[in-house]
Amino acid sequence: MKRDWGIWLLLCAVVFGMPLFIRSPYYYSILIFIAIYGIVVLGLTLLMGYAGQVSLGHAGFFGLGAYFSAILTVHLHLNPWPAMGIALIATVLVAFILGIPTLRLRGHYLAIATLGLGVVLQIIFKEELELTGGPSGMGGIPYFHLSSITFSNDRKYYFLCWIFLIILYGLSINLVHSRIGRALRSISQNQTAAGSLGINVSWFKLLMFGLSAGYASLAGSLYAHYLTFVNPSPFGFMASVKFMAMVVIGGSSSLWGALLGTALLTSLPEFLAVLEDYEMLVFGAILILVMMFAPKGLAGIFSWIYQTIRNKVKKQDAPAG
Amino acid sequence: MEWYDQLLQYLITGITTGAVYALVALGFSIIYNSTEIINFAQGEFVMLGSMIAVSLFPLLGVPLWVAVILAVAITALIGLIFERLAIRPVRNGSVINLIIITIGGSILLKGIAVLIWGKESRSLPAFTSTEPIKFFGATLSGQSLWVMAGTLLAVILLHYFYEKTITGKALRACAFNRKAARLCGISVERMVLFSFGLSALLGAFAGVLITPITYTAWDAGTMLGLKGFCAAILGGIGSNPGAVMGGLVIGIVESLSAGYLSSGYKDAFAFLILLLMLYLRPAGILKKKLEKV
Amino acid sequence: MKKLALTAVLTVLVGLVAISVANTAEQAKETYKIGVVLDITGPASSLGEPEKQTLGMLAEELNAKGGINGHLIEMILYDNEGDEAKSLIKAKKLIEQDKVLALIGTSQSGTTMAIVPTVTAAQIPLVSCAASWKIIRDPETKKTREWVFKTPQSDSLAVTKIFDYLQKKGVKKIAIMSVSTGYGDSGRAELQRLAPNYKFEIVADERFAPTDTDMSAQLTKIKGSGAEAVICWAIRDPSAVVAKNMKQLGMKQMLIMSHGVATKKFIELAGDASEGIILPAGKLIVADLLPATDPQKKVLIDYRNKFEAKYKTPVSTFGGHAYDAFTMLTDAIKKAGPDQKKIRDELEKVKGFPGTGGIFNMGPDDHEGLTKDAFMMVTIKNGNWELVK
Repeated sequence: MKRDWGIWLLLCAVVFGMPLFIRSPYYYSILIFIAIYGIVVLGLTLLMGYAGQVSLGHAGFFGLGAYFSAILTVHLHLNPWPAMGIALIATVLVAFILGIPTLRLRGHYLAIATLGLGVVLQIIFKEELELTGGPSGMGGIPYFHLSSITFSNDRKYYFLCWIFLIILYGLSINLVHSRIGRALRSISQNQTAAGSLGINVSWFKLLMFGLSAGYASLAGSLYAHYLTFVNPSPFGFMASVKFMAMVVIGGSSSLWGALLGTALLTSLPEFLAVLEDYEMLVFGAILILVMMFAPKGLAGIFSWIYQTIRNKVKKQDAPAG
Repeated sequence: MEWYDQLLQYLITGITTGAVYALVALGFSIIYNSTEIINFAQGEFVMLGSMIAVSLFPLLGVPLWVAVILAVAITALIGLIFERLAIRPVRNGSVINLIIITIGGSILLKGIAVLIWGKESRSLPAFTSTEPIKFFGATLSGQSLWVMAGTLLAVILLHYFYEKTITGKALRACAFNRKAARLCGISVERMVLFSFGLSALLGAFAGVLITPITYTAWDAGTMLGLKGFCAAILGGIGSNPGAVMGGLVIGIVESLSAGYLSSGYKDAFAFLILLLMLYLRPAGILKKKLEKV
Repeated sequence: MKKLALTAVLTVLVGLVAISVANTAEQAKETYKIGVVLDITGPASSLGEPEKQTLGMLAEELNAKGGINGHLIEMILYDNEGDEAKSLIKAKKLIEQDKVLALIGTSQSGTTMAIVPTVTAAQIPLVSCAASWKIIRDPETKKTREWVFKTPQSDSLAVTKIFDYLQKKGVKKIAIMSVSTGYGDSGRAELQRLAPNYKFEIVADERFAPTDTDMSAQLTKIKGSGAEAVICWAIRDPSAVVAKNMKQLGMKQMLIMSHGVATKKFIELAGDASEGIILPAGKLIVADLLPATDPQKKVLIDYRNKFEAKYKTPVSTFGGHAYDAFTMLTDAIKKAGPDQKKIRDELEKVKGFPGTGGIFNMGPDDHEGLTKDAFMMVTIKNGNWELVK
């Protein structure tokens, strides 16, 4: 627990220290997307790593947040802040309603059901032309503003997104170490056993599903008001797969690992740009190799290094003491 | 066109697409039976089969049927290699890890396809003359007949294989109880390897059957894979007759909803049927009781 | 110690050489940087790839001739993988990091829309290779976007051309088949908007997904609707499936396609089923059939020959859009010098420029500059293009 908050503090320091070193909106824009995807991935980690439930449809909830925000601000001329709040409530509600029957399923059945939900949501974004602008999307989404500050430049938006992420990260740490977190871990290990201990398994699962959808919705709103344009293509099956890959490459049972995975997979294409046609090959190979040799992801590798070093230090200390 | 002619036409269309989904679904089912893995790279086997056939056909100047057989055989070989390199080392991983590995495999195979064949789409000529055949008020193309007949043949051969051959019986034993199968002296590893080859073979066969009707490209397998996956689940995963049934149902639902409801929401209806089915009867259409869910 | 001294001496030497090389380079005029973002990989790669090839060829050629007014051009090209977020990141990188003079791209309307606010805020001229009119005109206020231009012909021009033709043929009832992508949607909207002007009745309006493998169900519905002509609005590959399905269903209706299929590859994919299809196409694919008096003929044949000699693959209209974008932009830079505001003004002043997509006549309220004459009605006969008389 101490370590988690330590990492949280470190992250705060990095986030607020970063602007001392970077000036270019280009780097800010990468960091902004890391924060936006990071929020989705945090929620997904709570669902997958802690509650043990797979979701291949979270890009759909990400899209719901983005589209609710877009529709409320463009068609109904609402201020972006309340729009974001309404989007959050609406998305969580949708997730609860869909979650009740869906979360009764397990394993592969759950995977395909969430995949199906994601696909259906994306089709709705494509087909409700009047509301969503269809496949060509809708533009003219306003920026966030706070009295006289308009969040139109990358530096300001960077702070906005990362403050959201820091708060949600803190919330997640709290949750993981609370009674709920312990209940969740018992569910992910053995649902039946957890049930027999008097844990309301389906309620906890539903709670995490709703919560992770809520995270995705907030991220979606942040996405919509940054690009000021939404269209259905970033909210499809491949996006859900990318989110899931970020979770597992980082290490699905570690919150900071998930953030690491997000940062890596979001910025990697910037470095791999030279690969061009080889990029897909490399990405596929990385997924397979990480799962093969480090099934606990980057977080697993780091913990292992940390443990080995600690053990060595202890061994050296032992004879002296 | 009278309404009954139209209905008949929708059914023919649905069965043709459904037959392809059924072949893909069979592939899912076979692998699931021996490993309990959902192979997300199944769609890529479909793509590989058709891509290989397309490049063999005009390149080597071989007759179409030779190209088809070679393509199916080569893809089966790729299936075997895939199992050895990507699946065997992690056989006992968690469900999530295995899903990611097969997704990684599917991306990898697509990447390889782009490197070999580039991004352009290709097509095959129809197996036989392309004049449409009149069938009551509806029409039926020669290639749809090939698709239906090919699927039927595959299903019959598969049934015979499972019921009558030693390998088939061993595969069934593995599906039923792996530990017991091992105790009887069946090499489970070899059966798993074999099932990947068989499933790649079926996928490739589906690919070459459908390419003359449509076209193929490096990313053409993804959607077919997903639909086949739905079909496999709809029929109750692991059940071969269920997979065929599931494929046909999804094909027909798509065609009818495009015809009578809304063509834009066609894919959504297929998934909605699947979701409803999962909620109400999670073991699939044909399975009686809930196992291994 | 000796080693260290040697290393130090070497480092200084290398440094000196580097500085002197840099100095000689500085004596030549500084380069002009042009930024390019295209959908090279991902779902729209068949658009982005020929665009990339065309731009590479043109930049090489221009530099071989000594660049613009003695300034070599440096083209910095990024791939957005067809992803809106990546498109934005790359555009920011080009503007802020690489400090480019102007931008070309992207290949699809969605990825262009994602960067429109950024180029507008940064006041950088953008010439897009994507077709939607929403790129150059705000759909809410109907105002022309100051910094954004595009080279592909708008869908309304193609629709007008098709409707003129159908009216001449005496067609009354039409059916629409459109793909559920930005391209299909925008074409469908224009078809619906303009049909009443021609007193056409839309008896069926069907959609399909770009990944669909069979469109027979939609076509069966159309078959029963009494339509005299089917207008299919989709990109190349699914259009080929529509053509094949129509033949399989034995449908005898006139089949009209959009300009999105105007490549040789389409005829190859659709095979026999492509015979008799009619479509509006930019003049690139029928360059040889044009009369010698056509002002575009020389440009078209030149571009085609050079492209096909270099890349050994047939030209496509998409590469043509990049050709037009590059040529108009570099001409504007030639006149304006390295000043973004002036480059923009020059782009707006383009008059009578013969490109691959048509004769461009830009204006303060027209950042596309084309008319319906940019299109010819063509048909496919014996696996080849032919002009419709």
